[in-house]
Amino acid sequence: MIVAQRKTILDLLAIVEKHRKLVVLGCGTCVTVCLAGGQREVSIIASALRMAAKLKGLPLEVSEATIERQCDNVFLEQAADAVKTSDAVLSLGCGAGVQALAERYTGKPVYGGLNTAFIGILEERGVWAEKCAACGACVLHQYGGICPVTRCAKHMLNGPCSGSREDHCEVDATRPCAWQLIHQRLKEIGQLDELKKTKPPKNWRPSLSGGCRTIIREDHRV
Amino acid sequence: METETFQPKILAFCCHYCAYSSADLAGSMRIQYPPNVRIIRTPCTGRLETEYFMKALENGADGVLVAGCLEGGCHFVEGNLCAKRRVNYTRDILVEIGLEPDRIRMVNISAAMARPLADTITDMVQTVRKLGPNPIKRNGAPQPENHA
Ligand code: SF4
Ligand code: SF4
Repeated sequence: MIVAQRKTILDLLAIVEKHRKLVVLGCGTCVTVCLAGGQREVSIIASALRMAAKLKGLPLEVSEATIERQCDNVFLEQAADAVKTSDAVLSLGCGAGVQALAERYTGKPVYGGLNTAFIGILEERGVWAEKCAACGACVLHQYGGICPVTRCAKHMLNGPCSGSREDHCEVDATRPCAWQLIHQRLKEIGQLDELKKTKPPKNWRPSLSGGCRTIIREDHRV
Repeated sequence: METETFQPKILAFCCHYCAYSSADLAGSMRIQYPPNVRIIRTPCTGRLETEYFMKALENGADGVLVAGCLEGGCHFVEGNLCAKRRVNYTRDILVEIGLEPDRIRMVNISAAMARPLADTITDMVQTVRKLGPNPIKRNGAPQPENHA
């Protein structure tokens, strides 16, 4: 899932304080699961904004709404009423959701209330960790399903940097060394010989360069 | 002085298995505590979400008291520990927006602790009285409007 976290209430207030009627709009998908932008967080953030505005003497009205998914045009209709009756929208969707809203509701200011952080999973209660950097040319099959691009601090593709200490990364001692995990996993599944193969330079062209990446499926176009 | 006459309104979320029973016991034992608290019985403090605390303060409560079982003694194992974290999170948000974090407090009370409950309530009332009325009330409590 996409993992995000909220900006501080004062940062949010600075973004929206020029408006009179604001709707805080949540998204019921990824950001609900990572406890950053679902209905509950909408309620908390809207309350906090109303209180902060009042303490600063700002005439800000803040309403609350949450739709099922902000990054999909099909679901954006659900936000129509809330958007229409407000001067501006503070979206608690991920970066994609905020932009989808802004494209759909032209002429209405739409602001992002979260810092979208990464694609990751819940590792334990209250702890999310990055697992994929959407590099566009996945190499997981060569590394026992453990992504060195994301989980090795130096993105090493041909073995460890030799700096790990007690199985932990030398860059961040709180995290396991990705290469330790890769070795362990390949051993478990009987594929240690993968490590003897020299990996050619990775193709970074489909990665974050050259502007907005798109995927076009002719078989689905109309 | 105004702070001496000010009668704060304190919302007390009391767990059914401990603090609520101890309030009952305080009644049977004729132990007095200040009438400033409005008790809401909850099946477990783990049921309480951050948004409840925020809404209470936003709608004009001067203070919020969350009373759960002793640590290690929660009927649902760790509900009171969850509540403690949410109370701490609420305190962080209050600091962010510039409201005194001491307006909310978590305490651990067993069903037999009628006297400590009364003392806790008295102490909370004194703390909030010192802080003064919730400044959010100054312009009237807000009316959140909800879509969907
Ligand atoms: S190799 Fe690339 S696509 Fe595959 S998991 Fe890692 S970052 Fe994601
Ligand atoms: S210690 Fe391991 S995870 Fe950290 S940079 Fe070196 S190889 Fe990568």
